[in-house]
Amino acid sequence: MERIPILRMGDLLLVTIQVDMHDRLALTLQDDLTQAICTHVARGVLIDISSLEMVDSFIGRMLANISSMARILDAVTVVVGMQPAVAITLVELGMSLDGVRTALNVEKGMALLRGSLDLEPREEEEDAAD
Amino acid sequence: MPPIKTQTLPLQGEADIVHARQAVRKWAAELAFSLVDQTKIVTAASELARNAIVYGKGGEMRMAALQDGARKGLELVFEDHGPGIADLKLALQDGYTTGSGLGLGLSGAKRLSNEFDIVSKVGEGTCITIRRWK
Repeated sequence: MERIPILRMGDLLLVTIQVDMHDRLALTLQDDLTQAICTHVARGVLIDISSLEMVDSFIGRMLANISSMARILDAVTVVVGMQPAVAITLVELGMSLDGVRTALNVEKGMALLRGSLDLEPREEEEDAAD
Repeated sequence: MPPIKTQTLPLQGEADIVHARQAVRKWAAELAFSLVDQTKIVTAASELARNAIVYGKGGEMRMAALQDGARKGLELVFEDHGPGIADLKLALQDGYTTGSGLGLGLSGAKRLSNEFDIVSKVGEGTCITIRRWK
């Protein structure tokens, strides 16, 4: 079965969507990513959509779902590289991707992930007890 | 206003949504639509093709390249023989859905088109025509 590869880099997961996704492929990615977050105890997910020439309501919903599911699993998601024409169309379609963090490119997205992970250390919560 | 050319694509399975998008992209590019206009009509086509397959139980998309004087346009007709839509006004509201989607397909496709026409009869099917001009 066709799948979108998920790369692991330390505690981050990287996904680059480079094909015109049919609906089932989008759903498979959603399942694979949530599974990969748990398997690798990932803390951040970066999704590069710079090759996507359109995002319709189905793909938009998939991006929003991944973001919500990742948050519940204690991981931060950043969607990067949306083309301007795609952003214009998505808003006119009626989707503003509320709750999805975005960055202009991979570099800025990585900086955003690194920044938010440094601010929210996972193991040091008990320090606040004393 | 006879069309410059026409083509009909089947809308039966999920893969046909991708085929429809790709065909619309190719035609919109040939008509020298701007990138934003290409993206808008491709996205509208994706929504309506999915509706025809998921809610309409399959149908077809008819494409026509139009020339009206100096202006060029693309017309897409999505026809299915599904259950039809009982309340068109309700169906065109943002967020209304009878399925599991977001309810943005129909209303969103309308916003992404210059012209939008819908004819639906309960028990017979739905036919949606959209046009986008360059």
